Order: sequence, then C-alpha cells, then structure tokens
Amino acid sequence: MSPAHFEYVLRLGDNALIVGQRLSEWCGHSPFLEEDIAMANVALDHIGRARMLLTHAGALEGRGRDEDALAYAREEREFRNCLLCELPNGDYAFTLVRQYVLDVFHRLQFGALGASTDATLAAIAAKAVKESVYHVRRSAQWVLRFGDGTHESHARAQAALDEVWAYCDELFASDAIDTEMSAAGIAAELGTLERAWRAEVEAHFARAGLVLPRDEWRAAGGRSGLHTEHMGRLLAEMQAVPRAHPGLRW
Amino acid sequence: MHACVAAVCDPELPALTIAELGILRGVREAPDGGIVVALTPTYSGCPATQAITDGVRQALDSAGHRAVRIEIELAPAWTTACLTPSAHAKLRAAGIAPPQAREADGVPCPHCGAPTSALVSWFGSTACKALYRCTACHEPFEYFKCL
Repeated sequence: MSPAHFEYVLRLGDNALIVGQRLSEWCGHSPFLEEDIAMANVALDHIGRARMLLTHAGALEGRGRDEDALAYAREEREFRNCLLCELPNGDYAFTLVRQYVLDVFHRLQFGALGASTDATLAAIAAKAVKESVYHVRRSAQWVLRFGDGTHESHARAQAALDEVWAYCDELFASDAIDTEMSAAGIAAELGTLERAWRAEVEAHFARAGLVLPRDEWRAAGGRSGLHTEHMGRLLAEMQAVPRAHPGLRW
Repeated sequence: MHACVAAVCDPELPALTIAELGILRGVREAPDGGIVVALTPTYSGCPATQAITDGVRQALDSAGHRAVRIEIELAPAWTTACLTPSAHAKLRAAGIAPPQAREADGVPCPHCGAPTSALVSWFGSTACKALYRCTACHEPFEYFKCL
C-alpha cells in the first residue's frame, strides 16, 4: 500500500462524513415532514459510506485506526474533505443547490470507481452509486422548483449558486495523489469527471433559469487540511461525545 | 444451523426474514469449529445492520454456537432482485408494495389493489422505502423501491 492510496480513500471518506454531518443538522428542522425524512435518509447514506470508506482507509494505513478513530480523534488540519462539504447549511436553497452539485459529482465519481483496481473501493462505489442516482433525482427537482419558482425562491437559489460555484473547482483539482492513483487504476480520472459534470449541471441550471456566475474567485484548501472557519465548530459538535468519553461503550 | 440464521427477522421489516430479504450470503463452519455468517447490507447507511448482526449472534447462541464470526460482504452489491418471491407476497400482506420492475408505470396499491397511485416522497420511514398514496382509495402506503 502506498501512502497516496490511504490519502485518496481518506479524502473520499471525509467528503462523505462531513457533508453527511451537515445534512444531519436538518433533522427535525426541515420545512415539512417528507423533506425532513428525505434529508435524514440522504444524510444516513453519506454517513454509511463514510463508515465503509474510513474503515477501508484505516485498514490501508495499517496502524490500527478504525472508522471511529479517524472520524472522532483527528484534528481539523488532518481532515481532507473539500471545503464545499463543510460550509454551513444556510437556507434550504443553499443546502439543496450544494447537494445537487455534490450528488451529480458523486454519481459520476462512484460510477467510475466501480471499475477501480482496489476491489474494496469498487464494491463500496457500486453500492453508493445506486443511492446517488436517486439523491440526484431529488436535489435536481428542488433546483428546478427553486430556480423556476417564485421571485423569492429564485433569488435565494441564485444567491446559493453564486456562493457554491466558487467551491466547485476544488472537487476536480488534481494533485500528485490523484495522478498516482489514476495511473494505478485506483482513482477515477478527474478531468473526465469534470467534463461530464459540467455538461450536466450547466444544462440543468439553465433549465432552472439560474445564471452561472463568472469564474471570478475560487476557494480551495480542504484537501490539504486548510479549512474554513466553519470546520472547527462542525468538528466540535461532531466529536464532543467521543472526546468527552473516549472509548465509551454502551 | 443455516435454518436458525435464515429465520432471523429484519428489525425494520419484521414481516421478512434476512433470507427472504436476500441479505444472507452464506453460513459455514470454519476449520476452527466456529460459525462464519456472511451478510450484505441493503443500503450503505442502513441502521439495521447492527441489529441484524446482533440478531444472528443471538439466534446462534440460543442454538449453542458460541464462536460466531460475521463477515460483511459488499460485492456483489445487494439489489431488490435479491428479494425472494415469498418476500413479495409477505410485503404486500403487510401493506407495503413490493418493488416493481417497471416502477415508472405506476405502483399498485397494496390495500385495494388499484393500479394507480401517486408518489408522495421518494424517501420513507426506512432507507429502502418510498411513500405513495393510492388515487382510488386515497390510503397512503409504503413502496419498497427498486435499488
């Protein structure tokens, strides 16, 4: 196992864990019952993936860290998720616009990872991609309704897209780890994913009457451990109980 | 031994056994005399997995088997095609519409049998179910969606 392999799987696991944690914050607060259930279901799918991916990462690393050690006993700088995943939920339009771009990304990424030479990763991806298919179905519907809905919903969806768009580049930013993993047939090639992703989301945002912002600024850093100011508070909440009672069983 | 594991029920769908649900991949005796049970999860985040694992351990424990190992088998991924024909009948009897090969054509109501229904939400009380309402008898019902 190469250190890049561990790092690659850790990034996938952290994306799933952090956006799953964000979505779970809506539990009990969504605008109506069916949406509350939908949001909790989608959050659970992400946390389930995170468990499998972090378990796999821990096994690759071979230092005895399990899913809990990786989720609850790392510091902010050790997390490798994209910044987009950790941004606060904002209003419902922001949560769903972010979810839409991530759902399409995950459907394409896990679709490609089904052919990974890492058999465990391929098996996790083959499960996850089927869930992402119906995650997209829901988030794409909301993007249409908000974008093509009332003046208020349109304005909120547009504001959400203006913010989200600047963080999307990081999903496709390729570094030495990605290059090494692509060459080994473990990773999904990011350039191919980006072309497919752009074609799909740009057409859908146009259908929803939303305008893509000009690429003026972009934010990145999460994949190398440099996070936004929001990450610390997210981790404080997520890790509070295991840190207060380390190793507790019930 | 196989029969006692196969009879364990799913905690969220108590009408079905894990064998009918198609998540029991095998029961075998290891060279050291222990029992190895292979299970596959339905959904990545299915919270019932832990309860099912506990249920399997309990069932084997009651049958006198103490050394039990549970293996989670991810590949090939579970699909709704793994449900047995008896599972379809039991779901319908429990008021849950079983998965339809052509779900876009409509899901028949498990209460009155009418062929027409409307989707309320793609997400239901568990990860594997969607929420529908019958357009004939107006009763809401759950649909075991295709995966």
